[in-house]
Amino acid sequence: MATVAAKRKISPVEEIDINEGVNLFVDEPPDSEDDDDTTDSDSSEYSGLEDEPDTDDDDGDEDDEEDDDDDEDAENDEDEEDEDEDESDVEDSAEETSSHSKPTNQEIVTAEPDDKEGKITQLPDEYEYDSSDEEDIRNTVGNIPMEWYRDYSHLGYDVEGKKLLKPEKGDELDEFLDKMENPDYWRTVSNKLTGQKVLLSKEDVKIIQNMQKFKNPVGSDMYEPWIDFFTNEKMIHPVSNRPETKASFIPSRWEMLKVSQMVHALKMGWMKPTPTRKPDEEDETNFYMLWKDDEEPEITRQYRQYIPPPKVRLPGHAESYNPPEEYLPSEKTVQRLKKEIARGKTRTIPQKFSSLRLVPGFKYFIRERFERCLDLYLCPRQRKVRMNVNPDDLIPKLPKPRDLQPFPTTEYLVFKGHKGIIRTISPDPKGQWIASGCDDKTVKIWEVATGRCIKTFNVESKVKGVAWNPNPSLSIIVVAVETSLIIINPHVGDKLICSKTDLLLNSFEEVELPPAPTDKPKVTEWELYEDAEYELGFRLKIKHQREISQVTWHGKGDYFASTMPKGESKSVLIHQLMKRRSQNPFSKPKGLVQCVLFHPIRPFLFVATQKYVRIYNLMKQSLSKKLLSNCQWISSMAVHPGGDNVIIGSYDSKLSWFDLDLSTKPYHTLRHHTMALRSVTYHKRYPLFASASDDLSVIVCHGMVYSDLLQNPLIVPVKVLRGHKAAKGLGVLDCQFHPSQPWIFTAGADGTIRLYT
Amino acid sequence: MKRKRKYESGAATAFITRNQALRKLQLSLKDFRQLCILKGIYPQEPKKLKQATKGSGITRTFYFVKDINYLSHEPLIVKFRQTKRFMKRLTKAVHKKNDDAVARIKASRPKYKLDHIVKERYPSFIDAVRDLDDCLTMCFLFATLPTSFSVKNRSVQLCRRLTVEFQHFVITSQALRKVFISIKGIYYQAEIMGQTITWIVPHKVGYQQPSDIDFKIMRTFVDFYTTLLGFTNFRLYHSLNLHYPPQLQLAGEKDETETKCLKSEATEERLAAMTQTLKSMVTDNVEDAEVDEFPVGNPDDPDFIEKAKLESEKLNQFQNLFKGKKFFLNREIPRESVTFIIRSFGGEVSWDKSLAVGASYQESDESITHQIVDRPAVEKQFLSRYYIQPQWIFDCVNSQMLIPVEDYFPGVELPPHLSPFVKEKEGDYVPAERKQQIRRQQGIDSGVEEDDGLMDEDDDDEDEDEEEEAVEEEDDDEEDEEEEEEEEDDSDENSDDEEEETPKMSKKAVKKPVKTPKPAKKPKDMAVTPGSVEKVNLNRKVQQQEKEEKRLAEMMIPKKKKRLYQTIVKSQTRRDTKIQQLKEKRKVINRRNKLAKAGGE
Repeated sequence: MATVAAKRKISPVEEIDINEGVNLFVDEPPDSEDDDDTTDSDSSEYSGLEDEPDTDDDDGDEDDEEDDDDDEDAENDEDEEDEDEDESDVEDSAEETSSHSKPTNQEIVTAEPDDKEGKITQLPDEYEYDSSDEEDIRNTVGNIPMEWYRDYSHLGYDVEGKKLLKPEKGDELDEFLDKMENPDYWRTVSNKLTGQKVLLSKEDVKIIQNMQKFKNPVGSDMYEPWIDFFTNEKMIHPVSNRPETKASFIPSRWEMLKVSQMVHALKMGWMKPTPTRKPDEEDETNFYMLWKDDEEPEITRQYRQYIPPPKVRLPGHAESYNPPEEYLPSEKTVQRLKKEIARGKTRTIPQKFSSLRLVPGFKYFIRERFERCLDLYLCPRQRKVRMNVNPDDLIPKLPKPRDLQPFPTTEYLVFKGHKGIIRTISPDPKGQWIASGCDDKTVKIWEVATGRCIKTFNVESKVKGVAWNPNPSLSIIVVAVETSLIIINPHVGDKLICSKTDLLLNSFEEVELPPAPTDKPKVTEWELYEDAEYELGFRLKIKHQREISQVTWHGKGDYFASTMPKGESKSVLIHQLMKRRSQNPFSKPKGLVQCVLFHPIRPFLFVATQKYVRIYNLMKQSLSKKLLSNCQWISSMAVHPGGDNVIIGSYDSKLSWFDLDLSTKPYHTLRHHTMALRSVTYHKRYPLFASASDDLSVIVCHGMVYSDLLQNPLIVPVKVLRGHKAAKGLGVLDCQFHPSQPWIFTAGADGTIRLYT
Repeated sequence: MKRKRKYESGAATAFITRNQALRKLQLSLKDFRQLCILKGIYPQEPKKLKQATKGSGITRTFYFVKDINYLSHEPLIVKFRQTKRFMKRLTKAVHKKNDDAVARIKASRPKYKLDHIVKERYPSFIDAVRDLDDCLTMCFLFATLPTSFSVKNRSVQLCRRLTVEFQHFVITSQALRKVFISIKGIYYQAEIMGQTITWIVPHKVGYQQPSDIDFKIMRTFVDFYTTLLGFTNFRLYHSLNLHYPPQLQLAGEKDETETKCLKSEATEERLAAMTQTLKSMVTDNVEDAEVDEFPVGNPDDPDFIEKAKLESEKLNQFQNLFKGKKFFLNREIPRESVTFIIRSFGGEVSWDKSLAVGASYQESDESITHQIVDRPAVEKQFLSRYYIQPQWIFDCVNSQMLIPVEDYFPGVELPPHLSPFVKEKEGDYVPAERKQQIRRQQGIDSGVEEDDGLMDEDDDDEDEDEEEEAVEEEDDDEEDEEEEEEEEDDSDENSDDEEEETPKMSKKAVKKPVKTPKPAKKPKDMAVTPGSVEKVNLNRKVQQQEKEEKRLAEMMIPKKKKRLYQTIVKSQTRRDTKIQQLKEKRKVINRRNKLAKAGGE
């Protein structure tokens, strides 16, 4: 021990270490004020160390090992605690270095040393206990594998030979609970020799961690003295004693061969020395006269004509740095332009700068050039023929409407009185009256000249069709109401005619029909009106089986036809007024019949289904023609008074003109309306036709048919008539020309009839 | 006879997709791209796509087979392959850190020249001149770019040199015709050998170099363009009997001691300053030979020769617009562009000696006629010269005459700078300033140095009034249309008619009484009010009728032509609305200005 003390006195290195240890110690517990002053002398040093047994761990030096151990022993013996070899349990890696670096700064779980007492008493006893450099051994079994004691209740023997009992160890559950509850569990280790649990201090953990990282366990010791093992001075003696090889003195044969080869190659001119290049020469670009004046341009690429790249659009006033003020966009436009810039659509917003020096660089300049480059090598080039058409040349040359007068031009009268959608109108053959059928369950007779309502007939339901008998010597209206046709004598106009009509109607006598096959049910039932209703003007009622959509007269005024779209095979019925009988011309359904018309002169019947118009010869009882309308859904149809031309209006806003002599396909299709056509009509005398549509307009066209068969009809739109208002999504539902004047009546969904003259 | 099979002739064999082309040429896409750029090959769009795709109908990039065959003979392909090999060797050496080998290999970098491609693409010189637009813009851009990894210093230097040479040529040949400062940059238009060439020079302010741009493509273009521009310059210089590379006339006379750079750099800088004329190979300057009078001419136009003479005289005058004028540039002026323009039109330019090389006289020189200033006020002014803003130069060139300097004094709000490239068609919107310019050119407004600026403005106002009237007439027309389309509103019409009939000046006075009786017009009890005779404007009625007739006739346009007609009409209306908007805006601005003026007084 004395030697150790002496050694300590001599070596200044150790002193430093101790000082350090003390300093470190000062940081930890507060009761160590006196330690700082005591570092000067050995004795004080020791006293300091004894004061705080927890802190002497810091000296990891081999030399100090023993002293520390001594100190610990002094305390440990008193307190019966053990701290040694705790590291053996911690990590294998730690074990390797544990022999010379002994962390002893451990808080013992069981008890704390009594400091003050130790300070007084232990000072002189220090060397008494410890006489060897061995570690504190309470268990005297020595360095044996501890599993030999696995089956015993004790762990070994102490110095006095007494058994050292294994400390009580809880079961797995206790272990687990401890693990869960004890925050320091992770740094608690058990001493193999004593079986006691030891809580590692922070410093211990730090040391272990350092060792795991192969660092200096005490932390970096930066100021270790430099020991210069190998000097930088050149020594005269070799480091090794080995003599130089022979090869190092003899020139290489292979090198010689190689060199001689090269020399030969140089001589022969095979190998040339690498030319020293001038940096300027490389970059020099020499230009010369590439295109000579007298040289004819040789044609190189004959197979394709060269298309020069299109020139970039030149800027307008708006792109100026100081444009006229009207070119500057408003706030709103600026916002829009900004969005467009974000999307890459445009690049510039017109902007005004008060002076040239304020103009900033254009952000997208490089990008624009780049895009131009891409265009140049990635875009196909084509020569495009730009059409320079004067739009006026595209308008066909037609006679001016002015020259095609007369035609209705201005709204003359409005017939007000109906309270619903007027679906149908019909002027009387002389043009003095007009009958209208409305959704408000009335039929009204109006005087054309004044616009007054003369009579109103109330019927059971909405009126779908009204037709005035074309025979001027009769005063009869047929009204289509739901499933029945009502024949009315309106009693307007010439009284003689009215009474004659009544007489004619009443003169009917039931003729004994030839016994018809009884199994065939009657198509219709004819009923007479009595008394009060008769007085009102109602004469006959023809009951049908289905709803009637349209009714039309034959030109002579005896026959009339009704249409029932849902009637299937009985969808078209032809009635004879004088004989009061109805017949079904078709035995098979012909599709959804939209409307029927009689030919004005010849015994033909036009039947319009959804897409086709069939023309039947009534005499021969056969189909004579089928017109392909080329539209989706036919709405209405009209026949030219000459009988050779038909116009068809369709719900897909087309009007088709058919020339029956020419073809079964439309001669002309007019797409003048923007919405569904509801009605088309011809004028009886003038070369006019009109179409009424849901777009609230009635278009009157000049439709001249020439008697010369070689000349095609001339169609010229002459007037667009407006005035009706929209109601319930419907516009103008019917239009009819005045029988003698160039006037037109239109019936609208707004409950008015308008007369244009 | 051999049976004809599908896809064995025609479009199916005339086109080749890009990938097929790559396979055929045995090139990587990068090299193929480069080759296409250099050779000017671009994809084609087959007319019969189905044929070309052999029925699959999948759209791809197509090239002509002939184009690709033509490419396959290109000697550059060999160079590309050598370069590829070279790069492999080099990278290998670099990775092995074999410095000797790197140095050795680097020295053997395969080089290629593009001379033959220039000749091939532009067999005649005029072709090359015609396609100079993109070339110049690109070179001017690259001349200003900072050197970086993607932009090599060599090409920047070369671009700079070539652009300066080209500018010198334009100065010497006095070929510049139009200039325009736009937001994007400065546009120049020159006429060289009868070809109009336009190029853009970016403003000399820092760039934002976009990161997502493939500079490799731009570099390839620049490689070609520099070659093209070099040869073009050479030829152009020789056409003017100038030395190439250019030499300054006064070279060597100036003291070289004051410049602190290398001699070669100094000459380059002096060249770039563009203040001095170039040395000619022919010593005695022969004036342009008089145009001989040929009796041929145009039989229809007996004054043909006279006109041509007049034209050439005018052009000569224009080309010497700034002759005898001495300009001094302040340091805030974009020196290069302004110098270029002034020198192109025969003026003399200088700047502060400390600013840059090439200053030929100092600010204190009494013979300076114009000093160009771009700052609100100048402290020390010489009385012998005009102080003007740089826009004056540009506007003078565009109006082909010296315009009054009053509007361009420092600190004065500048008149708008108009684009000289706009060619007004009939019905287009013409700004008032442009009208003034035209009038000046025609000599109506000939007072070159006008004393009274106000007079001018009054003129302007009148002009605008006329314009307004025109606008109103058009307005009326539009209203007519609306009326016809919707419902005819009588009262509106009346007021309009009145407006038209009453002279313009008292318009406002008339308008008011029309408006005031309106509230009185609503009597609560029914009464007969004295009616007024409806004034029927016959003219108007006829117009209306014609319009309606036209609309009816439009209905009869056959379906085939209808779409074409509609597109034409649509574009016309779009243009018209744009013009209308501009006019309305101008009206508002005029009114505002007037009010402001009245308020100021």
